[in-house]
Amino acid sequence: MRVALQVTCINDALFPDTGKAVVTLLRRLGVEVDFPAAQTCCGQPMVNTGYVAEAVPAVRAFVDAFASYDAVVTPSGSCAGSARHQHRIVAERSGDPGLVRAVAETSPKVYELTEFLVDRLGLTDVGASFPHTVTYHPTCHSLRMLGVGDRPRLLLEQVRGLRLVDLPRATECCGFGGTFAMKNADTSIAMGSDKARHVRSTGAEVLVAGDNSCLMHVGGLLSRQRSGVRVMHLAEVLAAQEGVA
Amino acid sequence: MSTFVGMPAFPTAARAALADTQLRHNLAHATGTIRDKRARVVAEVADWEDLRTAGAAIKDRTLHDLASYLVQLEESLTRAGATVHWARDAAEANAVVAKVAKAHGVDEVVKVKSMATQEIGLNEALAEEGIAAWETDLAELIVQLGDDLPSHILVPAIHRNRAEIRQIFRDRMAAVGRPAPDDLTDEPARLAEAARLHLREKFLRAKVAVSGANFAVAETGTLVVVESEGNGRMCLTLPEVLVSVVGIEKVVPTWQDLDVFLRLLPRSSTGERMNPYTSTWTGVTPSDGPQEVHVVLLDNGRTRALADEVGRQALRCIRCSACLNVCPVYERVGGHAYGSVYPGPIGAILNPLMKGVGVDAQTDSLPYASSLCGACYEVCPVKIDIPSVLVDLRAQVVDAHRGGVPSATDVAMKGAATVFASGRRLGVAERFARLGTRAAAKLPLAAAWTGARDLPTGPRESFRAWWKRTRGGTT
Repeated sequence: MRVALQVTCINDALFPDTGKAVVTLLRRLGVEVDFPAAQTCCGQPMVNTGYVAEAVPAVRAFVDAFASYDAVVTPSGSCAGSARHQHRIVAERSGDPGLVRAVAETSPKVYELTEFLVDRLGLTDVGASFPHTVTYHPTCHSLRMLGVGDRPRLLLEQVRGLRLVDLPRATECCGFGGTFAMKNADTSIAMGSDKARHVRSTGAEVLVAGDNSCLMHVGGLLSRQRSGVRVMHLAEVLAAQEGVA
Repeated sequence: MSTFVGMPAFPTAARAALADTQLRHNLAHATGTIRDKRARVVAEVADWEDLRTAGAAIKDRTLHDLASYLVQLEESLTRAGATVHWARDAAEANAVVAKVAKAHGVDEVVKVKSMATQEIGLNEALAEEGIAAWETDLAELIVQLGDDLPSHILVPAIHRNRAEIRQIFRDRMAAVGRPAPDDLTDEPARLAEAARLHLREKFLRAKVAVSGANFAVAETGTLVVVESEGNGRMCLTLPEVLVSVVGIEKVVPTWQDLDVFLRLLPRSSTGERMNPYTSTWTGVTPSDGPQEVHVVLLDNGRTRALADEVGRQALRCIRCSACLNVCPVYERVGGHAYGSVYPGPIGAILNPLMKGVGVDAQTDSLPYASSLCGACYEVCPVKIDIPSVLVDLRAQVVDAHRGGVPSATDVAMKGAATVFASGRRLGVAERFARLGTRAAAKLPLAAAWTGARDLPTGPRESFRAWWKRTRGGTT
């Protein structure tokens, strides 16, 4: 099985540790993973802002980079959702039947990390150790667009030393929403403040989620509040082997 | 009476609403209560997903052949003794209602809660003709007495708490009818009693009533109103003349189809297994109820929405407001910020679809008034994929403005299109971006982010550069 990492543009530029964690984790599980350097962005920032034509080059780059692989793994529910649900729309609007065909072949091979671990590899225990109190925020696109369900929880429950505490109103959006965070900054911050309040009420040391964009938003608020709660991508928790000799 | 005319674009209106702590508290409490009730009663129905699918399919089938179902409805209504009027827009619909009222020489009408008549500004139009339109739904009464605007489809006074309502009743009832009792408290039962006493004299006096309809059954020409308080039943049965303003998308082919919606609506809307009052009437029944029945079939932008390939699913909407109650944006800013009688997620798509985009900044701001979290789609009883329609409308807004002076977003997106065309270009851009990050954080645009949120400092090396250097080998 030829597996490619779609690291996502935001992880590439701002959160490379998440990409490195996916590589570490998959190699530990015996999966050889490649990073095709031709990849750029899934195109979601453009599509969700209304610039569909501007997303065409990104979607083209996506299918060019990943067409030859058996599976594409991405540490982002949002980008996986974009590839599986929006690429078809962008391709159809482009009027290029070749792109429509390429998208139809590539999109179904895109897996969000927890889907790949649980469904393709059949694993919930990935050999991780992370002795901390953690609360988990299910991001909207992983929850409602992809339907990852309880896969992240099944994985977290098997991590040695990890204590998982429930997040109140967990399924409510954190308020990031891509360009929503800027175009409607006041509403975004109001939503994020409530999310941060719920996170703090759990007493957890670490807020974990499967999308760094959402974590950048909630984490930015928690940091500004000097809350002492840090945010961490799920991939980094699953890659961790703290205290393992 | 206030109107939404001249409302600012969503971000500005939202900013003001977010600062209203009483509003925030009222909304969080009220939406939370309805949300939980809905979740409980929906969980009781084993075939809920099948019902949703059936509801969506019936609406799609009807919309696909809307013209013939409307003609069938008109024939059935006419056969049953009703007079059918067709209204292209608000002005035509308002003129019909005013003409009927004037023909009977009345200076007042009683009203059943109706979204269609709010959409067309009927009360204001009748006021200009010297006709008072009395709202008889409790929450609409609160809004009307308070010279206020509705902020929710189902519970239009959701932004008011009971202390505020008591004050409105004490201050305003006397000017338009029976005053509130001197010893009125803010207990719900006492407030309801005051409203009942105030309204009763209007019910008994009115010769003309105005309603909308939740559904219109084409095969028999039957209109249906679903309600909780019984005020609708009073208006539909006591007056001599009844005028109903009905959006053309309200038609359902048969009673069998209606059954699906009567099961979907109450659980989605009020979180009840069944609503207290379901009134149905078929034209005129001799010596029983109104003896003159008019039905105004209203377009007012609905055919525009129907022509929108992605957006036409919005016409499935049965106005339950489940999407409002689960929306994290609505919960925080309330309904007024949307600048329309249709607020929340459904309003963010219905208004642009019915009015068209590229005309005014307020309407163009609505498709962006969402984080695209998808909670609305999950609860919609007729499966309207609101996030997908929002994204499609954003593209329409952008396309409507292409060719003018490029905005900052236009420039950024054009730049993104170029950079994201190849991995090599992105790699180069990342190297420059790292140099510019600290400087960029000081730009005015960045303040939208950094006003309340810290920015990540950014790594020394991108993932791409790390992979190139190590092939993913060592850190």
